[in-house]
Amino acid sequence: MSKQRKAVSLISGGLDSLLATKVILDQGIHVEGINFFTGFCVEGHTHAIRKQDKDKVKRNNALWSAEQLGIKLHIVDVIEEYKDVLLNPKHGYGQNMNPCLDCKGFMVKKAVEWIKENDFDFIITGEVVGQRPMSQRKETMPIIQQESGAGDLLLRPLCAKNLPETLPEREGWVDREKLLDFSGRTRKPQMALAKEFNFEGYATPAGGCCFLTDKNYSDKLVDMWQHRSSRDYELDDLMMLKVGRHIRPNDNFKMIVGREQGENKFMEGYRKMYPYIHSISHNGPLTLIDGTMSEEDAVLAARIAARFGQGRDDEEVEMAVNYLDGTKTILKVKPMSKEEILKAWYV
Amino acid sequence: MSRHTLDAKRLLCPMPVIRAQDKIKTLSVGDVLEVVCTDPGALQDVPAWCRINGHKVLETKTTDDEVFIIIEVMAAEGMK
Ligand code: SF4
Repeated sequence: MSKQRKAVSLISGGLDSLLATKVILDQGIHVEGINFFTGFCVEGHTHAIRKQDKDKVKRNNALWSAEQLGIKLHIVDVIEEYKDVLLNPKHGYGQNMNPCLDCKGFMVKKAVEWIKENDFDFIITGEVVGQRPMSQRKETMPIIQQESGAGDLLLRPLCAKNLPETLPEREGWVDREKLLDFSGRTRKPQMALAKEFNFEGYATPAGGCCFLTDKNYSDKLVDMWQHRSSRDYELDDLMMLKVGRHIRPNDNFKMIVGREQGENKFMEGYRKMYPYIHSISHNGPLTLIDGTMSEEDAVLAARIAARFGQGRDDEEVEMAVNYLDGTKTILKVKPMSKEEILKAWYV
Repeated sequence: MSRHTLDAKRLLCPMPVIRAQDKIKTLSVGDVLEVVCTDPGALQDVPAWCRINGHKVLETKTTDDEVFIIIEVMAAEGMK
């Protein structure tokens, strides 16, 4: 009896990886999924923070995909290792801070390590030639194979017929004839195949699989780097970029102002890590301070924070400024008017 | 059989899932793991992960601020 061949599939949670996996499963290959958490993945986060999303079903699309396929899913925390990919991408960034080509190469490289450790035979991805301007072009397909070290162990079932034969095809583990020849930006063939497989309710993320393709998010990330002595970051920093209004009235500090109850509650968990401001005389949001403030800055910050509370139209409100050493200053300030808060301060 | 607790408070999904997955790798079949989270999303994601990886969710509980997911380890998490 021939050996049961095993493949690991990079599951992003999107339609392409779902389909690619199904195509290979249908050829009798044992497939398990792997999903890499870089800290920037679209999954979960903001939905969990903002109260207004409370009624929406929160689901992790990678887990959902695995469940549809009936395969195991291994989620791997690559936050630390990913920093180097993001900070020093050999192939540069896409439209925003997304280093897609380096990112793909990195993930496939991790998958190569994984198949060696776990005695699997090859790797599959949902890539399609010509689908994305940066990472999924005909010229970049071999780059990913080379730089990841996967070589011909990397099979892309959705466009395999447009690419040179890989080892699983040559060895007859999979039948090349049953693989596909998708190419270009159109999503129609994928949608037709999804229908054929009876997949419903799959995720259709706009832009990409992570926040780095988002302009607002990228701007905040760049601003954070520009105002720190090092570009290093922690997961908490990445979380903070997803919540609140970000206002930088001065180079030395940035304010993160909660936009609604869910965010305020989430931000409360960070009161030991950041100085914070809240109103004593009125209801209002929680404001975290990233950076250091002089006394003058504290007054400025309190006046801005007061703008977002219920005392915004009053002559005077009482604001508490809480520092990391546990000290607290109570300031009586006049809330800034909308016009006084400069547009340029918003990150 | 032993009972374990995993503190995944303040972590947002998928971190609680990753922590639970990594903890379960160190446990034996029959062990019980209680995962304590503050992200309500964990209530979907941790049981989904258990379903696809063959573990049994014995109970889920929610309080105002926390969610608890109690899991019985059903299969060794080492790869086959
Ligand atoms: S969108 Fe994000 S996760 Fe996806 S390939 Fe690009 S950088 Fe990587």
